[in-house]
Amino acid sequence: MSATRGSSSRGPARGAIAGRLRVNPIMCEAHGLCVELLPELIRLDDWGYPIIDEPDVPEPLIDLARRAADACPTLALLLDEER
Amino acid sequence: MSAVRTEPTSPPRSGPPGLPRLLAGLDPSGAAMTLADHERAHGPLPRIGPRELIEAVERSGLRGRGGADFPTARKLRAVAGARRRGRVLVVNGSETEPASAKDRLLLSRLPHLVLDGAVLAAGAVGAHEVIVKVGESATTSVRALESAISVRHDDAVTIQLAEGPEGYVMGEESAVVHFLGGGAPVPTLVPPRPFERGYRGKPTLIQNPETLAQVALVARYGDRWYRELGTAADPGSALVTIAGAVAAPGVYELAFGTPMADLLAAAGGSTEPLQALLVGGYFGTWVDSSRAFRLRLAREDLRSVGCSLGSGVLIALGESSCGLHESARVIDYLASQSAGQCGPCVFGLRAIADAFGAIADGVAHDREYDRVLRWTSEVRGRGACHHPDGAARFVESALSVFGYQIDDHRRARCYAPGAGLPLASGAATAAAAARRTARGSAAARRAAR
Repeated sequence: MSATRGSSSRGPARGAIAGRLRVNPIMCEAHGLCVELLPELIRLDDWGYPIIDEPDVPEPLIDLARRAADACPTLALLLDEER
Repeated sequence: MSAVRTEPTSPPRSGPPGLPRLLAGLDPSGAAMTLADHERAHGPLPRIGPRELIEAVERSGLRGRGGADFPTARKLRAVAGARRRGRVLVVNGSETEPASAKDRLLLSRLPHLVLDGAVLAAGAVGAHEVIVKVGESATTSVRALESAISVRHDDAVTIQLAEGPEGYVMGEESAVVHFLGGGAPVPTLVPPRPFERGYRGKPTLIQNPETLAQVALVARYGDRWYRELGTAADPGSALVTIAGAVAAPGVYELAFGTPMADLLAAAGGSTEPLQALLVGGYFGTWVDSSRAFRLRLAREDLRSVGCSLGSGVLIALGESSCGLHESARVIDYLASQSAGQCGPCVFGLRAIADAFGAIADGVAHDREYDRVLRWTSEVRGRGACHHPDGAARFVESALSVFGYQIDDHRRARCYAPGAGLPLASGAATAAAAARRTARGSAAARRAAR
């Protein structure tokens, strides 16, 4: 997890950015499925709401990010994919 | 801009030198200036084409006075260039900052100056509809506006008055258009921003009353006149509400570049030695007095200590008051003013407020301080609106200016008298509490898992 985050934060080593994650905080009800599916990019605050420190999704994680966005019961996790 | 007006631009009148500008001719009795008196002071509404007005505003360097400090010409252009039709101008006179009094002053006593600015700005962006949103407790403003609107027959736009809630989040543009469109008085997720899709889906220009009053002056007297006061980076004058430990609290019009000591002198001077100034209202920043007195009323100076003029509120805190307790009350107020929609704001601000209160009372566990710091950094940017960000800024500045007093508070109870910082109890409080209860069950469900 830390290796992924480190490599996605900066430097020439990081893979291509395949998308960006956002949360619609009005819709989010802290179900927490996103962190189960994508702990590499999402952590929870003390009340169970997601914190995304680095919204850029590197290519190797894009499938997991899609699954996390699709799994959100309130559709609050938004993935903008690079085209 | 599709409709380019063809009427000739009236030549700039020669404007009054020095100050006051906005407040020129203010009736000391408190009565609203009549249309006749207004036109005697400033002349009739000038004829000026949309492009000329926007360019004059751009050259003037005017920035929005509602708190966001955004260049007014850029905002005008964004709405003027919107693809959708049926543009609307909203005057946000909600005046949600509890200590601020400038919007009320303008709307209740100089309504025609604000309405002139609204009509001119509406013309510049191609809007045919102006809505003036006023807080429901501002009855004097409502009466003054009703009577001012009833005698204006020459305006090319319709002007409507909308009274509504004045909770802190009504300073957010998206909350204003959501409420005016028939929704709850709470922010919505942006984008789309109101200039793209605002009131009833129409491109909406939202301006603070002071910004529009300044536009009315720039349109009449020109940008060169506007720049005769102030600094090169911050031209013109500003309305500043000065409150706290000063002899004559109130609204004052001052030139940008005015030294802080002169600002306080304008309000009769401080009533006791000061320990700190709160610059920019409750989304603003505490500055300890030794640094504050080196500042001028100018963005570059304020930025150097991490603040901005915000909505133009300056609160002086005397040595006899307790900065930790005053801050704790403000943070508690900000937590109560959450619209109740976003978990990080609802739970984060409440937790920060409770922990900060315990710290001020000297009864907090050692780890509370670190938790406040962590929570404060975590709530930033995680609401749909700026409410958690503004609150976080306030908390961080309170800790940096008054943090050195925490140990003393732990050793001995603090009996400093309250400084009486104004805290409005808006209707949003009850609504937020109701929503939080509903929200609480969702989080509780999760916690139970």
